[in-house]
Amino acid sequence: MDFHEKLVQNLVFKHGKDRENLLPILQGVIDQERYLSEEVILKISKEMSIPAADVYGTASFYSFLDIEPRGKFVIRVCKTITCAMKGKNQIIQSIENFLKIKVGETTIDKKFTILQTNCLGWCHKAPAMLINDEIYTELTPESVVDILREYKEEN
Amino acid sequence: MSNMVNLTINGIAVSVEEDKTILEAAKELHIKIPTLCYHKDLCVAGNCRVCVVEQVGNHKLVASCATPVSEGMEINTNTLKVRNCRKHIIELLLTEHREECTKCYRNGHCELQELSAEYQITNQDFIDLVPDKNYTIDMLSPAIEKDDSKCIRCQRCVRTCAEIQSVGAIAVAHKGSEMKISTFFDRSLDEVVCTNCGQCIVHCPTGALTEKSYVEKVWDAIADPEAHVVVQTAPAVRVGLGEELGLGSGTRVTEKMVSALRRLGFDSVLDTNFTADLTIMEEGTELLTRLKRALVEDDPDVALPMATSCSPGWVKYIEHKYPEYLPNLSTCKSPQQMFGALAKTYYAKNIKVAPENIVSVSIMPCTAKKFEANRPEMKDSGYKDVDFVLTTRELAVMIRQAGIEFEKLNDESFDSIMGIGSGAGVIFGATGGVMEAALRTAYEIVTGREVPFDNLEITPVRGLEGVKEATVKIEGTVKEWDFLEGVELKCAVTNGLENAHQLMEAIKRGDKFYHFIEIMACPGGCLGGGGQPFPVDNEIRLKRMEAIYAEDRDLPIRKSHENPEIIQIYKEFLEKPLSHKSHKLLHTSYVKREQY
Amino acid sequence: MTTTKKQLHRIDLIFKNEDDCKEILRNALSRSDQEIVNEMVNSGLKGRGGAGFPTGLKWKLTAESKEKEKYVICNADEGEPGTFKDREILTRVPHKVLSGMAICAKIIGAQKGYIYLRGEYKFLVPDLKKELRKFHDILDELGLDFRVDIFLGSGAYICGEESALIESMEGKRGEPRNKPPFPSVKGFKGKPTVVNNVETLAHSYTILKFGAKKFRDLGVKDSRGSKVFSVSGDTPIPGIYELELGMTVQDFVDDFSDGDCKAVQVGGASGFLVPRKRFGKTTIGYQGKLTGISLPTGGSMMIFNSSRSMYNVLNNYLDFFEEESCGQCTPCRVGCQQLLKGIKAVKRGEKPTSYLNQLLKLTETMKLTAKCGLGQSVANSFSSIVENFREEMIY
Ligand SMILES: Cc1cc2nc3c(=O)[nH]c(=O)nc-3n(C[C@H](O)[C@H](O)[C@H](O)COP(=O)(O)O)c2cc1C
Ligand code: SF4
Ligand code: SF4
Ligand code: SF4
Ligand code: SF4
Ligand code: FES
Ligand code: FES
Repeated sequence: MDFHEKLVQNLVFKHGKDRENLLPILQGVIDQERYLSEEVILKISKEMSIPAADVYGTASFYSFLDIEPRGKFVIRVCKTITCAMKGKNQIIQSIENFLKIKVGETTIDKKFTILQTNCLGWCHKAPAMLINDEIYTELTPESVVDILREYKEEN
Repeated sequence: MSNMVNLTINGIAVSVEEDKTILEAAKELHIKIPTLCYHKDLCVAGNCRVCVVEQVGNHKLVASCATPVSEGMEINTNTLKVRNCRKHIIELLLTEHREECTKCYRNGHCELQELSAEYQITNQDFIDLVPDKNYTIDMLSPAIEKDDSKCIRCQRCVRTCAEIQSVGAIAVAHKGSEMKISTFFDRSLDEVVCTNCGQCIVHCPTGALTEKSYVEKVWDAIADPEAHVVVQTAPAVRVGLGEELGLGSGTRVTEKMVSALRRLGFDSVLDTNFTADLTIMEEGTELLTRLKRALVEDDPDVALPMATSCSPGWVKYIEHKYPEYLPNLSTCKSPQQMFGALAKTYYAKNIKVAPENIVSVSIMPCTAKKFEANRPEMKDSGYKDVDFVLTTRELAVMIRQAGIEFEKLNDESFDSIMGIGSGAGVIFGATGGVMEAALRTAYEIVTGREVPFDNLEITPVRGLEGVKEATVKIEGTVKEWDFLEGVELKCAVTNGLENAHQLMEAIKRGDKFYHFIEIMACPGGCLGGGGQPFPVDNEIRLKRMEAIYAEDRDLPIRKSHENPEIIQIYKEFLEKPLSHKSHKLLHTSYVKREQY
Repeated sequence: MTTTKKQLHRIDLIFKNEDDCKEILRNALSRSDQEIVNEMVNSGLKGRGGAGFPTGLKWKLTAESKEKEKYVICNADEGEPGTFKDREILTRVPHKVLSGMAICAKIIGAQKGYIYLRGEYKFLVPDLKKELRKFHDILDELGLDFRVDIFLGSGAYICGEESALIESMEGKRGEPRNKPPFPSVKGFKGKPTVVNNVETLAHSYTILKFGAKKFRDLGVKDSRGSKVFSVSGDTPIPGIYELELGMTVQDFVDDFSDGDCKAVQVGGASGFLVPRKRFGKTTIGYQGKLTGISLPTGGSMMIFNSSRSMYNVLNNYLDFFEEESCGQCTPCRVGCQQLLKGIKAVKRGEKPTSYLNQLLKLTETMKLTAKCGLGQSVANSFSSIVENFREEMIY
């Protein structure tokens, strides 16, 4: 059995085959893979007897359930009003310069993807960003590079 | 009876059952409220918002299709507020829409067009959003085209594909301004689980989903002096064509259709009913053979129930969803494909035309037949058996283009050979028809007597119910079939793939056992097919159904095995059912397909 | 510098460090359901998720249903721009929220509860789970048949809308449902369901602990009690504050602004922008209709100083709505795109300034016809910004 099949089966076993477990299962895949491949969606569709188009359509609704390949670390910089006022553009520029990719892109080593997202609920400590599930606040163009450097060194 | 609720609409009092919506209550008062996402066949979505009305005491407008009535409710459907809002909504829809009515397949049959004409949306104040959308048109399928630039996102197609057909080939994807109707990872309909049934087309209010048209190809063939163009017409077309040409639903136009086809320039106008009768001979014999293997030879490998195979939507469905049941499918080709294989062999020889010069066209109530004709294995004549498949709607297009005043045409009859069909052939157009036709013949073969139903009408398998069952006790068998003496032949009939799904699950669970099941992909059978006129609902389906059964009653021959052309073809060409030749030309095989 | 800066009274109910939920639950169990519902009704507590529906009434309606299976859902989707108080409540006093859920469950007759936690707050899960284990032990001890699970969202603002939230929990796209039926009649899995905001549930703890009166004595008519505010933007002291309802925006600005404040956005992107000239006349609360005189809020207060372009602010909001609309209904899906493109076109001079009036009419249609609160409330920020800062939209 290949890795994906096992991953999906384990998740379906853990949560159950009913439709209401679809989101936790998709989230479980994201935790491991950072995105939902065609292969994975197909397996989930078969295991849960939900049409593949429906699983795809549901996943594509949620911005954290990526359906395009992403890096190991997905950076989501908040672009909503307070963060925008408090300099999220400079933060993004700093990240782009450091990783040498643009928003929406993934580094060649598949380690980082830069995305923007909506209000993260840390407006009083804007600007804010998520790296996978970790939150970073009160960012400056310098601090964000320090943070990323640590991720870069980590394997 | 449920409780009644009193309300007023535009000041007129009305009393309706408590589970009714405002829209339904208004209908009782003959007040029309415009709708787009609403369809009688489907669950309520309430997303287009054109049906909004004013409810006294409520600051917001309410969607009449989605709001239940309540006691004392006061509704106004035509206030300034309502009209302005509706107008805005239609304008908004048009800004997302590539408006090119003059070039559009749905021109004249489009609910959006009708509504914008009604509300006189002449000026466009808002910004055209189309240039910034990356709209795509999926033209890869031989049967269905999907043009996202015409889509108003009412989700009728999605609900149809899921609720009526239980296929789920299309779903709503993404959100916000990006929201769209999509397949699995936005693949072409040709690459996914889509059965080509076309139900999404007949439920779509706009030109976003259409059949792939072959009208021009057929005109080309007709214009080609070398080509001998034969046309076959399926049973359900004769009860749908009139409707498409402005006559009432359920008008029977068989003879006018024949003369129209002649005037269009077809060289020979023939009848699919003929091969429907042939299907009965082949499929009936196949069933009896399977029964014999099961009952007499105790063959454990024989697959029962045997399932009909004349609905290509159903065939593709089972190939995708129940591949383990492929051995249960009758190996008979559909009447269309039997006809195609014979047109370029038996018929060609008979009229002394080289088969390569024959162009075989079929007029079908069905879009899946377009796909079927393009299946790679459908070349048993040595050529593509059926060259072009047109829907009932496309035939109407040709008739209009040719300037034919349909109603004024004389009645004419089919050419021969392959132009005679029995009443058993014509009822193929309605759900239960194949079963009824098969029983009329099989029972008589086995017992030497007519099937024991009044006037040959096997009523338990008629009508629109989801699953119909019939048990026929076989008594007084002739010698050759005496192993069937006393057997209760268990049959089931379904229409619409959601019902088929339910039936297959019941069989799979072992809850039900049948010998023979008839499955038609479309609600009501072919008469409700994806190539039939817009709009459609059960009322209309029933009218078409009555017409089909009337057609049967009026035919001189009502049993397939009594059709003289059938007797003739076995004598001159095929020898007997399931002969070597019929295996080669009339039977086929199936493939397992992907599940997305 | 003068030191006469007025300070609003800080309330310390929600975040007060106290952990006597066992006592409170035990006490609640000894009272009749009717008594507790009355207490809730008398407190005047209204939903803190933004809409302000009376909480006691919601519980009462759901309790009346004869269905056996019912659910309590704590709405922790907190996606409204400028709102971050629910995260803080769940971090600091989760047991109060859980107690509120348990009491609600007892009254309506639910055995199962969920916290719908936005995906952005996933890092809270480990601590919440610990808290849940402790809490379940208490329930067992008290013999209350009730369990709470966490359901994680996945990045969709609309899932904060209660019926979209339920769809999402059922494994579907978060598309709001037609109403009626309301969740109190047909909610999660078709069963009667109470959906309450995190803060609402935490307040119910306070009410049960101190009685309705203590809560009722705070605030003003129709807007009783305290409210947790998320303060952000151009303020020297951004953060979370529990304040009494009924204050004017002027009182608020005096306290939280550094003196340079041209406008306050009350209630996040779907709320209203209050310009300086109306600070004194606008109060925060649920009085009467949405007239713009008394503004209800989920608690977001964003302060803008004179350097901020109101055009940029509106542009940012509309970007948000265009993306976060579920997309199912015409007025909202297309309306948001038109508004966004429209203000850009006016700014660039591609459309005459009178086009703004056309857009205002469009927002009126959205308000009247959109299927859910998202599409209906885009008009709030749009009209309050365009009407008060028209010149900024043009030049
Ligand atoms: C677009 C939209 C987003 C919403 N987001 C939230 C939210 O994040 N949290 C919340 O508690 N309520 C939210 N609501 C309100 C809920 O629909 C619902 O009214 C609330 O959860 C009820 O709880 P309450 O009565 O305790 O306020 C939202 C409503 C809409 C229309
Ligand atoms: S779909 Fe309707 S409105 Fe659109 S171009 Fe076609 S006919 Fe016109
Ligand atoms: S043709 Fe039939 S199966 Fe294919 S998408 Fe349409 S409704 Fe679904
Ligand atoms: S394709 Fe047709 S039926 Fe489907 S959403 Fe679009 S307009 Fe509606
Ligand atoms: S108003 Fe917006 S978010 Fe609400 S249902 Fe309509 S499209 Fe979806
Ligand atoms: S605006 Fe960025 S966290 Fe709220
Ligand atoms: S017809 Fe009622 S909302 Fe579409």
